Amino acid sequence: MSAVGFIYPQLCFSNNAIISTFPGTASMLSGVAAAAKAKGYKDYHVLGIAGDGGTADIGLQALSGAIDRRDKIIYICYDNEAYMNTGIQKSSLTPFGAKTTTTPPGKNIRGTLTVKKNMFEIIAAHNIDYAATASIGYVQDLINKIQKASLVDGPSYIHVFAPCPTGWGIKTDETFEIAKEVVDSGLWYLAEYENGEFTLNRNPREFTPVENYLKKQSRFRHLLEEDIIEITEARDRKWERMRRQWNKN
Amino acid sequence: MKAIRKFISGDDAVAEAVRLASPDFIAAYPITPQTVVVERLSEMVEDGSLVSEFMHVESEHSALSACMGASAMGVRTFTATSSQGLLYMAECLPYASGGRFPIVMMNGNRSVALPWSIYGDHRDSLSQLDSGWIQIYVEDAQESLDMTIQAFAIAENAEVLTPVMINLDGFLLTHTYELVEIPEKDIVGSWLAPVDNPYAMNFDNPRNMGFSSQPSDNTEFKYQQHKAVEDSRKIILETEKSFEQIFGRSYGGLAAGFMCDDAEFIIITLGSVTGTCRTVVRELRKEGIKAGLIKIRFMRPFPTDEIIGLTTNAKAIAVLDRDISFGYEGTVFTNVNSALARTHNDILKMNYIAGLGGRDIPKESIREIFKELEEGLTTRPDKAVKFLNLNVETDEKYSDSEDNSTQHHREGVLLWS
Ligand SMILES: Cc1ncc(C[n+]2csc(CCOP(=O)(O)OP(=O)(O)O)c2C)c(N)n1
Ligand SMILES: [Mg+2]
Repeated sequence: MSAVGFIYPQLCFSNNAIISTFPGTASMLSGVAAAAKAKGYKDYHVLGIAGDGGTADIGLQALSGAIDRRDKIIYICYDNEAYMNTGIQKSSLTPFGAKTTTTPPGKNIRGTLTVKKNMFEIIAAHNIDYAATASIGYVQDLINKIQKASLVDGPSYIHVFAPCPTGWGIKTDETFEIAKEVVDSGLWYLAEYENGEFTLNRNPREFTPVENYLKKQSRFRHLLEEDIIEITEARDRKWERMRRQWNKN
Repeated sequence: MKAIRKFISGDDAVAEAVRLASPDFIAAYPITPQTVVVERLSEMVEDGSLVSEFMHVESEHSALSACMGASAMGVRTFTATSSQGLLYMAECLPYASGGRFPIVMMNGNRSVALPWSIYGDHRDSLSQLDSGWIQIYVEDAQESLDMTIQAFAIAENAEVLTPVMINLDGFLLTHTYELVEIPEKDIVGSWLAPVDNPYAMNFDNPRNMGFSSQPSDNTEFKYQQHKAVEDSRKIILETEKSFEQIFGRSYGGLAAGFMCDDAEFIIITLGSVTGTCRTVVRELRKEGIKAGLIKIRFMRPFPTDEIIGLTTNAKAIAVLDRDISFGYEGTVFTNVNSALARTHNDILKMNYIAGLGGRDIPKESIREIFKELEEGLTTRPDKAVKFLNLNVETDEKYSDSEDNSTQHHREGVLLWS
């Protein structure tokens, strides 16, 4: 956002807005929220947006602190699965196998070796008032969740899956379709955490093939059959556990 | 009710000042020797004597980041830190000054690791001298209290809108108990105008802040920031004057001279060592030596004109630095030297590195410095930087360079290397 919409003198927001330091999205939000309280404001929301790197890596500490304090903030993680501002480097939310400029696939290593950090449950483990996952491929679900978060009297967190055409090697007009397919193939999920309980918002009877999703993106094109099997099995284990432990609607 | 007098530490004095200034928002993270400030403020919030949003952050980076968020909303903000904590928030320091957030921060001066040391020197704050903050250094607990209150007035002045860092020597000042006059809250309340930041976020005229700039604009933003700090000199002096009118105390502007009018040998200090130096200057005066002292109170804006004016009759000056910029010299010396280069190129300028990591600076050593200044007028040492009371062998040449023992040391070092 600081790179595109916030370049003096072209400032694009018609509401109050500020760009924080890279690690400081949550802490700056907390300060704004505390000042709003000190000023006695009644009708307002304090909302922040950070990337997957800003959320799960460098800003995790500040976010954890804000949730721990139960600061009244809405925090949105815009997850495009890598550091895109700096030109596609691996973050802890980059999925297994993905090619980035710091995980280049070659003869010895086939892309990212780690699996995507489980941010949703890490946030839920703080006993947060409200947390949800979403995808820009399911817009109404996302809108509902933001509306819900805005009513919470405490911290709320929404983890939004959002493809990056340049970083993933897809066409711009495929963004929406990919963001939908990731949910339909079970590689991402729509869920909520509220009142100490997890709920799966979407529980497909059958998944679309993982391979179809992966093969559409050049970041996964180098993967071998065995990698795809590994990704599929990991998906199934995750869903088996979610279906067993979480509420379904 | 009138002002009361209490026997309190430097940390306590800062906390009292914060209570009197009553910031709407405080965020801080504990670190020795600042911790007492955080604890006192927490107690004040608990007992209701301070009404403030007190945020227990998980780090110093978050402390200053949160202060910026609150300050962007136009409320009075305070934080406090020291050493490793100051360095941990380093990213936020220029962010706060560049964003023109009038935050006040207390820093308990402490050595920076490695090696670890909880004791005092000035390397922490001086390493952040270029971060765009106004930097104040105080000498005792009363000055700590008075300047913390004034810091809010200076920072929040619409012409300044620059964060202020007030520095107290770790332990020597933060933990030393003195009798301090604590003014009445109402009187401070009526002296210190409420924050009125015309650029803060508001609903009627929404603000976009923290933006990027292009090469075509960046210099102009930096220039305005520089100008604000330069122009703060006037506000600093006005603030001191009006504070004195109400509270009866003042400390001498950006740099305070002591017996400098006719002084031929002047020592220049920062912080709590000033007291010891003042005693020595008095003694030397009794002995007929024209000694003087300059206490630098603000490192930014730097008191260039004050130092030039106070050294009019000086033949030699010594800057006592509780820091070293490795590979060069003490940072205070660099600044003083640059100021004096305009008018005083001919005088002897020496730099004594002392009091690192809490080492004592005894009176005798300060007397010795004055002696060396006098001798230096004839020996004209070619090296300005000298570590005071160094306990390690050195091959460095000082004024006694022809001395056999130095020669011996040099050979010793060569043997080892
Ligand atoms: C302290 C710090 N380290 C590094 C950077 C450089 N940097 C800017 S954006 C970025 C990556 C951002 O990744 P992410 O949070 O995922 O957001 P995206 O660009 O993908 O939207 C990095 C490493 C920085 N601005 N600040
Ligand atoms: Mg990203």
